[in-house]
Amino acid sequence: MARATEFMRVTDLHAFYGESHILHGLDFVVNKGECITLLGRNGAGRSTTLRAILGLTGRRTGSIMINGREAIALAPHRIARLGVGFCPEERGIYSSLSCEENLLLLPQLGSGGMSLDEIYEMFPNLYERRHSQGTRLSGGEQQMLAMARILRTGARLLLLDEISEGLAPVIVQRLGQIIRQLKEKGFTILLVEQNFRFAAPLADRMYIVEHGQIVSEIHQHELQEKHYLLQEYLGV
Amino acid sequence: MSMNKSVLGYGALLALGLVAPLVVYPVLGMKVLCFALFACAFNLLLGYTGLLSFGHAVFFGAAGYVAGHTIKVWGFPTELGVLAATAASALLGFLFGSLAIRRSGIYFAMITLALAQMMYFVFLQAPFTGGEDGLQGIPRGQLLGLIDLSDDFTLYYVVLAVFAFAFWLIHRTIHSPFGQILKAIRENEARVTSLGYDVERYKLMAFVLSAGLAGLAGALKAIVFRFATLADAFWQTSGEVVLMTLVGGMGTVIGPVIGAATVVTLHNTLADKVGPLLTVIMGVIFVTCVLLFRRGIAGEFARLYRSMVGARPREPRAAVRRPEAGLAPVAKAEEPKTQAAKGDPMPQGPDDWAYRLFAELDAKK
Amino acid sequence: MTDIFGVPVPALMGQLMLGLVNGSFYAILSLGLAVIFGMLNIINFAHGALFMMGAFVAWMGLNYLGIGYWWSLLLAPVVVGLFGIVIERGLLRWLYQLDHLYGLLLTFGLALIIEGLFRYRFGVSGQPYAIPEQLGGALNLGFMFLPVYRGWVIAASLAACFFTWFMIEKTRLGAYLRAATENPKLTQAFGINVPLMVMLTYGFGAALAAFAGVLAAPALQVSPLMGSNVIIVVFAVVVIGGMGSILGAIVTGLGLGVVEGLSKVFYPEVSSTVVFIIMAIVLLFRPAGLFGKEK
Repeated sequence: MARATEFMRVTDLHAFYGESHILHGLDFVVNKGECITLLGRNGAGRSTTLRAILGLTGRRTGSIMINGREAIALAPHRIARLGVGFCPEERGIYSSLSCEENLLLLPQLGSGGMSLDEIYEMFPNLYERRHSQGTRLSGGEQQMLAMARILRTGARLLLLDEISEGLAPVIVQRLGQIIRQLKEKGFTILLVEQNFRFAAPLADRMYIVEHGQIVSEIHQHELQEKHYLLQEYLGV
Repeated sequence: MSMNKSVLGYGALLALGLVAPLVVYPVLGMKVLCFALFACAFNLLLGYTGLLSFGHAVFFGAAGYVAGHTIKVWGFPTELGVLAATAASALLGFLFGSLAIRRSGIYFAMITLALAQMMYFVFLQAPFTGGEDGLQGIPRGQLLGLIDLSDDFTLYYVVLAVFAFAFWLIHRTIHSPFGQILKAIRENEARVTSLGYDVERYKLMAFVLSAGLAGLAGALKAIVFRFATLADAFWQTSGEVVLMTLVGGMGTVIGPVIGAATVVTLHNTLADKVGPLLTVIMGVIFVTCVLLFRRGIAGEFARLYRSMVGARPREPRAAVRRPEAGLAPVAKAEEPKTQAAKGDPMPQGPDDWAYRLFAELDAKK
Repeated sequence: MTDIFGVPVPALMGQLMLGLVNGSFYAILSLGLAVIFGMLNIINFAHGALFMMGAFVAWMGLNYLGIGYWWSLLLAPVVVGLFGIVIERGLLRWLYQLDHLYGLLLTFGLALIIEGLFRYRFGVSGQPYAIPEQLGGALNLGFMFLPVYRGWVIAASLAACFFTWFMIEKTRLGAYLRAATENPKLTQAFGINVPLMVMLTYGFGAALAAFAGVLAAPALQVSPLMGSNVIIVVFAVVVIGGMGSILGAIVTGLGLGVVEGLSKVFYPEVSSTVVFIIMAIVLLFRPAGLFGKEK
């Protein structure tokens, strides 16, 4: 039963890469305006979950309801058009396009996308580097670009894969600020993060993924009492 | 398949070859044998090393000219003429191979095609080839000065013997350590390099061997038909040998033989009836095989056999997109494993067979 | 009237012009091949056959339907482009998961089918196609006579190449194309309909080949063999130029056409093989091609 506040409901999601069975029946919900984090060890299937939502893996079974639409059988470009923005782990900045071209490339997925001026206000360093070739930007700048891109499209559900990975602490801090700003603006965010200290303060709820399944759900206010779970599954 | 089964299989095939002249015209049989040898030589490169040479007809045709010229004009005894032709093809293979191997995949195919076309024009213009008329009136001579080859039946058995020898040679090569490395190169070239093997050298050796054997086939054909034609070096003949290998089954030892027999017979029965539509039919077979029938006849039989015998089904080989740079300089990065194609003879993904192969190679270091 | 290397200047310039004309065809065709290869990672062996189809659509249009040259320039690319889309949707798309060589084999089979069918219908001899009257005659430039049609072919080819360059480098659609070429899966995840782009790319490549075919109709004889005659040389052009840039394809095509034309004047025996010889030399010293970017 889909509730009005649900943005996405994943039910019994199995996903394969070729013959490899990665997700073994995932169940979780993301409500509108929430920031959800998927935690877990490497290889648990967290990135695969994001990719499966977008149809970027091999075979998928189960159900993925996005804004009331069943997305399990849709092609990736149609899933994106349901209002889903994706920030991949490898960032995916196009080397054959400049920074600004990268920014302007993505088609509008819904109304209410941020204007170019608003983007440059939020990410001033992208303005300075706007004519540089996409891949000539530093790691931090590329990450900003990857995020800025999807904010222009009007996507309301943001799938962010390991955005803090390999970045200097000061930039990670900035990213945290940006996520908070986005939350205030009402975006729905699904975060995959290794860095627990970065993700925990931001998340309304956390799911722990192990061997392609959800093994635990932790609400923000339960962090203290359920700390032992984090230690058990993540070694935190 | 165990040792005994393959011996039985090949024995049956040999028996078939021995009685064939009683059922079909020996000349047709010899044509099949020549093209079968050509296709087997080609398959050494495609099915086992993973290199598609789209200009292999150049070796087939060049050898015909060399054999014809040495025997007819220089008076070589037949066996020496054939040997000279084989050597010439191998040399040409060395030259072309050295150039072509500098690139891989599709570029390799285009380069071999272009080089072959270049030789085609050379043959067209060179005086000793007779241009469009070809080199006619090649005497069959005598084998070792003893056996008169002008009789079709006699020549058939000689050709069969040569074919059997060459086939045995190919079979031994494939099952040797050298052959194992070739198969490993087809599976995962980078891995073989990381094991310390000089991949370029192995590819070149395979190319030269393949060219030489293709030349042997071409020389034999020239003697059988007493005639070396320009068409033998034409790109369409290159396409035909690809078709034979595809239809028969790439990556199997017996496939090319079956494919050659099929295509040659098809040619023979249809050529008079349909004229230029023959090309269309060949094209349709090509397209159908590529889309629906990639394992070829031998491959499908092997699969049937395995499923009947209840053998553990071989893991369907995942076919991964090879990163090949196009307009973009960045190699296309894909997910670690993509959809498994239904048992593809051009595998590039992991397979327990391949793992064992690499483990063996590893152990040998 | 002076001689250069023993060849009278008008004759030399005439061959140079012919060389540029051939080079224009090489440029358009290798450009089409490069665009298709960039997106699909398939070498379109059927490109020559599509070129031939373009010429035949023009010829058939004129002789069966009374459709003139100028309409054919528009019509043939559309017809053949649509045919290309059908090929991509119906046949090629099943092969994307597999080794790229299967694509080469499929398009080779298609080339055989197309050429075989046309040969069945029209035989191997060429059909003439008249130069449209607006483009007839020649201009006297002093040092040579320039047949107007040859000048037109060169200009039109350059325009088509420029149009292609502009589409790819300067438009939004071209940006989508470049993005999809670089990272097809991710680009889909951003909401861009990549399968549609792939289809359009192949159709566009086919249309370009057909456009060249219409240009070629009055210049060469319209024959079922005109495709296969030219395609292998175009492959060599592509290997020489590398497929790294549009500009590279154009420059290489034109340059090789000129070299071929000049060789006909000075050393005719080698003219049919000079492109291949150059290919061999380039492979020895610069395997990635003159403008290539990989390895």
